[in-house]
Amino acid sequence: MNGFLRRLGALTVKELRQISRDPSSIMIGLVLPIILILIFGYGLSLDVKNVPMAVVMEHDTPLVRDLLSGLNGSAYFSPRHASSMHEAEELLRKREVDAILRTGSDFDSRFMKGDAKVQLILHGVDSTTATLIGQYTSALLSLRVQTNLDRQGLSADSGKGTGSAVVQSRMWFNEAADSTWYLVPGLIVIIMTLVGAFLTALIMAREWERGTLEALFVSPVGRTEILLSKIIPYFLLGMAGLLLCLAAARWLFAVPLRGSLTIFLLSSSLYLVVSLGMGLAISSVTRSQFLSCQIALVVSFLPAVILSGFLFDLRSVPLAARIVGNILPATYYMEMLKTLFLAGNNPVILLRDAAALLVYAVLFMGVAIRFTRKNLD
Amino acid sequence: MTTERTNAAGQPVHSLTDRTSLVVSAHDAGKIFREKKTSVTALCSLSLDVPAGSMTAFVGPDGAGKTTFLRMICGLLAPTSGTLLVLGLNVADHAAEIQSRISYMPQRFGLYEDLSVMENMNLYADLHGIPGPARKERFARLLDMTDLARFTARPAGKLSGGMKQKLALACTLVRSPELLLLDEPSVGVDPLSRRELWAIITKMVQEEHLSVIVSTAYMDEAERCDNVVVMHEGSILAQGSPEELRKLTQGLCHATSVPVGMKARHLQAWLLDQPSLIMDAVPEGSHVRFVLPPEHGRNGIPQELISPCSGNIHLKVEDCTGVTPRLEDSFMFLLRHRQASAESSGAEEKILSPSQDTTIPDALPDVKTAPFSPRTEDGQQNSKEAVIEVRDLVRKFGSFTAVASTSFSVYRGEVFGLLGPNGAGKTTTFRMLCGLLPATSGYLRVAGENLRTAAAQARTRVGYVSQKFSLYGNLSVLENLHFFGGVYGIGPFALRRRIREVLEEFDLTGHEHDISGAMPGGFKQRLSMAVGMLHKPEILFLDEPTSGIDPLARRVFWRRITTLSDEGTTIIITTHFMEEAEYCDRMLIQDAGQVLALGTPDDVRRQGGSAPTMEEAFIHIVESSRAARAAAKEGA
Repeated sequence: MNGFLRRLGALTVKELRQISRDPSSIMIGLVLPIILILIFGYGLSLDVKNVPMAVVMEHDTPLVRDLLSGLNGSAYFSPRHASSMHEAEELLRKREVDAILRTGSDFDSRFMKGDAKVQLILHGVDSTTATLIGQYTSALLSLRVQTNLDRQGLSADSGKGTGSAVVQSRMWFNEAADSTWYLVPGLIVIIMTLVGAFLTALIMAREWERGTLEALFVSPVGRTEILLSKIIPYFLLGMAGLLLCLAAARWLFAVPLRGSLTIFLLSSSLYLVVSLGMGLAISSVTRSQFLSCQIALVVSFLPAVILSGFLFDLRSVPLAARIVGNILPATYYMEMLKTLFLAGNNPVILLRDAAALLVYAVLFMGVAIRFTRKNLD
Repeated sequence: MTTERTNAAGQPVHSLTDRTSLVVSAHDAGKIFREKKTSVTALCSLSLDVPAGSMTAFVGPDGAGKTTFLRMICGLLAPTSGTLLVLGLNVADHAAEIQSRISYMPQRFGLYEDLSVMENMNLYADLHGIPGPARKERFARLLDMTDLARFTARPAGKLSGGMKQKLALACTLVRSPELLLLDEPSVGVDPLSRRELWAIITKMVQEEHLSVIVSTAYMDEAERCDNVVVMHEGSILAQGSPEELRKLTQGLCHATSVPVGMKARHLQAWLLDQPSLIMDAVPEGSHVRFVLPPEHGRNGIPQELISPCSGNIHLKVEDCTGVTPRLEDSFMFLLRHRQASAESSGAEEKILSPSQDTTIPDALPDVKTAPFSPRTEDGQQNSKEAVIEVRDLVRKFGSFTAVASTSFSVYRGEVFGLLGPNGAGKTTTFRMLCGLLPATSGYLRVAGENLRTAAAQARTRVGYVSQKFSLYGNLSVLENLHFFGGVYGIGPFALRRRIREVLEEFDLTGHEHDISGAMPGGFKQRLSMAVGMLHKPEILFLDEPTSGIDPLARRVFWRRITTLSDEGTTIIITTHFMEEAEYCDRMLIQDAGQVLALGTPDDVRRQGGSAPTMEEAFIHIVESSRAARAAAKEGA
């Protein structure tokens, strides 16, 4: 046992020295997470803000003005007035505006009858954005309509009003519906996948390619020691990257961490082991840096971005994609992190996901050990 | 220590682990590599006992199975048949224990290049559990022997080739192993470093009574060992002490002086072209050394060589003297003998190794070259035209001067050797000549142009064969030839004809559809040459083409060079085999970027203190220049 620890120590120190002298691992382990979190955090936002919108009032009345006044004060819209529908359409074609809001010339009289209509034309090229604009607009208008009716002493259910119940929606866990809040936890998953699988995919293959393993094999070193000496330093590097991400999430993007920090760190450690195991497994099987790099990209990073529920809810994707998504360990960690950050400790979800990750950790480590045999056959 | 062990079958095994018993004992050990549909026989039922406390050398042509056997002894490859005992343990069952008791230096020792010399050594010392005080003492000794004490903080990647190899040996020797395995420890290492490397090995063997097995392509290295095992196509051709092996050619070795006006390589080529009368011939000193077959040689030099029926070359009895045999003579004798018997009983051979195509060493086919015809005086005059002119060539990398004001010329049809220790500036000079690297200053003309700036057309006048295999490994022989033919702009019909010619010339016919990356080293080297010669260049650059190649393959290689040169091709070549400089018309020795010697082999030998061999002359020249430089530095 003493020998085991001594050899493990020697190999780990060697690995740490190599990391410290090779700027590329530091780049991937520490600098890349920061760059990614800044790019994704500031650059990628699924929120729609400052939507340019052309407003066409065919009959300019105080009521219409009042109804549409909500647009001006909103952070979501930046309305501009168009004198005619023709002009507005022109603006939409040139994509100077993303939407046209039009009120008819008989709006006032229809409004009194409870039959007022507002036309909304959306630029449908970005359908997600278009849907969001539609939702925002109707939410905003119905709010204004409600207050207007209230002010005029008419209630919605007085028989003469709009005649329907008004939906008052509230978003739990992400009250402001701020996409950074759910993107940042997802981003941590991506970064952990990248750091874990990518770094280790290279290092085992590198030893095979440079022939350093052949000399190492003919020594008392065991394969467990070799693999552990790869995991420990990169685990530390990955955890450092994780803490940077957590700090950025808290202080740059003000994402709340509603669950326990301990559980967050534990589950992240578990996922990091899964991710490192995946990299080691790829690396030990291929024994080629180029190949394992490509495989790591295709089986870990890309699916983690697309299929883990980072951007799209897995329940709304086609069955095949959903199945693939459910095979990915990243999906489970994604669910854990989103829950921990935004919803708090939920033992059912967390335990189930942790169990899944544990299975993956054992599986990948098993494959890595299986394929790192001390022979060249 | 246990004296009795049982192997997997429960039979007792003689397993005395003290240093008087056997360190390796193989019984019908075989190794077949199976890949998809093909199987390659690397070793066929090999039986061998290696006694402890001795030095054993494995020699043999490329693909003989030396590396495979060493890896099997380490437990890195499992035998597919037979048994193999190492230190009395069966490798199949006790690989881990064997691996912790032996030390192994692979051909490509994986030093961690970003770790320093000391960190590399500490890593291996930690892995072997060398305690502090013992380590301190051991390291001091190793650093002293390897002369690396000054460089302990330098990253291993920044060491020269020779120093890297010495560091690898030091890492292998962090403790005294029960068995030391060295796989071609001196490949690609210059003669000086090679001598130092062997000094370390010999010293360790003497002081610690190590058991050593070393595989090597250098016969002089094998000659230092107690026991030599000649391997060929996965089986043992002969074994014995160097003394015993040398006796095979006792009385058959002769040397003749070279007649005035003739080149040593021409006389050698003429001798080699008579395979029934000559087993081997090689230029040496100002002589040509040759070995006669026993059926002719017992009665002195055969009449046919003295009064030839055709041609105007012949030997004069008074020029010939009998010389004492060397291991290389017997090695060549054994391989030629084997070749002859294989030809007479080809069918039997096929049964022995079913996949002969892949294990056959490259050296065996006959050289298909035009029979030698002596050169006319006209030819000699033509050769005075300089095709390469270099004046005051300088190359600096930052503040480091890799090549310092070098001047020389190479004449048409010459074989010009570029020699020097690792890091002397040979490769830099070479790259500048080929136009791969711009010169810092100086005048440089190759075929009348500076290749760096010349039009693409000018480049087709030179061919370049790099040291590393630089063809497309996943293309077949034919596909590679077609591709490079296209690159050189040879028309489709001319290319087809030319490909047929080079396939014939470099003995690749029948292998057109082999995937080039999967071929043995010698084949790859011939294919590289074939590609380099596709466009019939006037000038051929060869960067260490014979590195790690056995003597037989090197004879074939140089015979080909002789023919190419006779056809008017100018050849510039680098090599670490100093005796190969004897083939050159003129040569240049560089060290630390400076020209130390320039002239014919005779000139250089004279300059090197009239040393009998080129290697001694080389070492003398380089060492005296280094001593002079050191003295100058101290004076300053």
